[in-house]
Amino acid sequence: MAKNLYQKVWDDHVVRQLDSGQYQLFIALHLIHEVTSPQAFGMLKDKGLGVAYPGRTFATVDHIIPTDDQSRPLADDMAERMIQVLVEATTQNKIEFFAPQSGSQGIVHVVSPELGLTQPGMTICCGDSHTSTHGAFGCIALGIGTSQVRDVLASQTIAMDPLKVRRIRIEGELSRGVTAKDVILHIIRTLGVNGGVGFAYEYAGSVIENMTMEERMTVCNMSIEGGARCGYVSPDETTFEFLKGRERVPEGDAFDSEVKKWRSYASDADAQYDDEVIIEAAKIKPTITWGVTPAQAISIEEVIPDPDLVQGLEKNLISDALDYMKLEVNQPIKGTKVDVAFLGSCTNGRLSDFEQVAAVLKGRKVLPSVRAIAVPGSEKVDKAAREKNLHLVFEEAGFEWRKPGCSMCLAMNPDKLIGDELCASSSNRNFIGRQGSPTGRTILMSPLMVAAAAIEGKVADAREVFGLGEVQ
Amino acid sequence: MKAITKFGGKGVYVEGNDIDTDRIIPARFLKCVTFAELGSSLFYDVRFDEEGNSKGHVLDSEQHRGAEILISDVNFGCGSSREHAPQAIQKFGLKAVIADSFAEIFHGNCTTLGIPCVTMGKDARGKLSALVETDPDAEIIIDLEGLKVICANNIFDINMKESAREAFLAATYDPLDNLLAASDEIAATAVKLGYT
Repeated sequence: MAKNLYQKVWDDHVVRQLDSGQYQLFIALHLIHEVTSPQAFGMLKDKGLGVAYPGRTFATVDHIIPTDDQSRPLADDMAERMIQVLVEATTQNKIEFFAPQSGSQGIVHVVSPELGLTQPGMTICCGDSHTSTHGAFGCIALGIGTSQVRDVLASQTIAMDPLKVRRIRIEGELSRGVTAKDVILHIIRTLGVNGGVGFAYEYAGSVIENMTMEERMTVCNMSIEGGARCGYVSPDETTFEFLKGRERVPEGDAFDSEVKKWRSYASDADAQYDDEVIIEAAKIKPTITWGVTPAQAISIEEVIPDPDLVQGLEKNLISDALDYMKLEVNQPIKGTKVDVAFLGSCTNGRLSDFEQVAAVLKGRKVLPSVRAIAVPGSEKVDKAAREKNLHLVFEEAGFEWRKPGCSMCLAMNPDKLIGDELCASSSNRNFIGRQGSPTGRTILMSPLMVAAAAIEGKVADAREVFGLGEVQ
Repeated sequence: MKAITKFGGKGVYVEGNDIDTDRIIPARFLKCVTFAELGSSLFYDVRFDEEGNSKGHVLDSEQHRGAEILISDVNFGCGSSREHAPQAIQKFGLKAVIADSFAEIFHGNCTTLGIPCVTMGKDARGKLSALVETDPDAEIIIDLEGLKVICANNIFDINMKESAREAFLAATYDPLDNLLAASDEIAATAVKLGYT
């Protein structure tokens, strides 16, 4: 019977069905970090349990690590303690830990793919909702809570209900200046923040097929913002080419036989789906958020929506969001004053993101009133960027070039908004208070749009600022 | 782990769609190596100003003190996978959440901790939250076996994920012991897939 990738990977990894009706699923790769995992080791200790498959778990630090001064002990005592607990636990349990300054540390969802740990056909878990990123390689990649981190450590399995699968086909060609980030913001805007609840999203169609792996990661990364527990792309030549030669990927004949296996996981041409959505690529414009959920998004050409056009709690959602964001109904979003520009995160902190921005930043300056930071997603990204002198382009333009970490995406480290500052951000969440100030404001956008906002000091159309193609 | 079948308590209604886990527990409170102290940080930035003064949130009102059933709206618990959110809910003293719908990771985290997440339609929820506002002491009884909520002589239909309901009734909602019981099958799966 024809199957989609989700069904193939699921069927392969099911250990058994539980009495509750859920399934016990083997987890091929488990990634842990310092915020949601130390407590799980405590839980294991309380139960007198050890780690069942330590070779299938990998650790790094990303959420709380500062991006300026990383010297130890960290200035923040609790942050230091959390790292220590993770180091102790990984040492005791023989789990490989990618420490700062090892050359491999970084945001967990950047590190694993660049090492080649993430491979097609795997089930992947991490105590972080953006684990969906790894779906770009053709994996079932799930964000889990700490008790499930405990379950994976103790048994290498989780209990789970099967998901339905919605195929989202993006057909046609993207216009110039429209990026993977715009595609996923457009999808979330179209299907809503809870449109994906109960579903895995399979991204397909000519636009996805033509994307690089880093672009596919950007799309899959934000699946969870659309309510989908995971999102994936069927593996293809682009996937195999990306993996070839990576540190943790076999070489020679072994690689060829892996490719054969990986290819077999791709969705069959006549596979069935529980739902299908087709999106016309030409209709996607540079898309940014105006509100406090990732679905509260519009194209750069649109005006801020009017709550009076809807009813009930939906109306409250819009008017509360506008109050919080201090934005005016029916005004263009373009021109909104920006205080901070943040380039980085597991959504857009990879080499190609910095390359793309560096190409347009040359010879331009960030407006002096804007605090602009560029935070590479990993030490490998940082190194590769430095080898190409990209850091100099950013610094010359007025960005600070930082050390790798989650930084201002979630502000568990010193990088935070102050007061009601408005941030043009390449991250993934614009929730109230997300960037560290209870009144701080976030506008999500693509790296190109962040660069345009940094230069103009206001929300701007990157296509106009950088002369990229037609603006209608 | 005890079976959870039928239980009751005072309710409190926290209005809003798409209440995310950053709002339930802001990220700065995630700096902890145990979950023990999270109760007081529940909904912190909605409840307190930057000096720590109460903003008069419904969770802090005198009449809702001791509430054990949280009522909310659409897509409750969306966003981050942080288990700190249900941990904070539980440590605050809340035993169950009634909403229109739940985000999936949050729902799973709650279930494992023994916090039933039950869904109730808009009209029923409107009536229940109005009842709770007019009579904060009214007891809400949640019956997972009969899939009913009873409050002040009203009976409301509820729904929940069948696997979660089974797990609460059979006292298997924390799945770890069950998962560990299959160690031979786990090992066989690992070998079959070449995960050694």
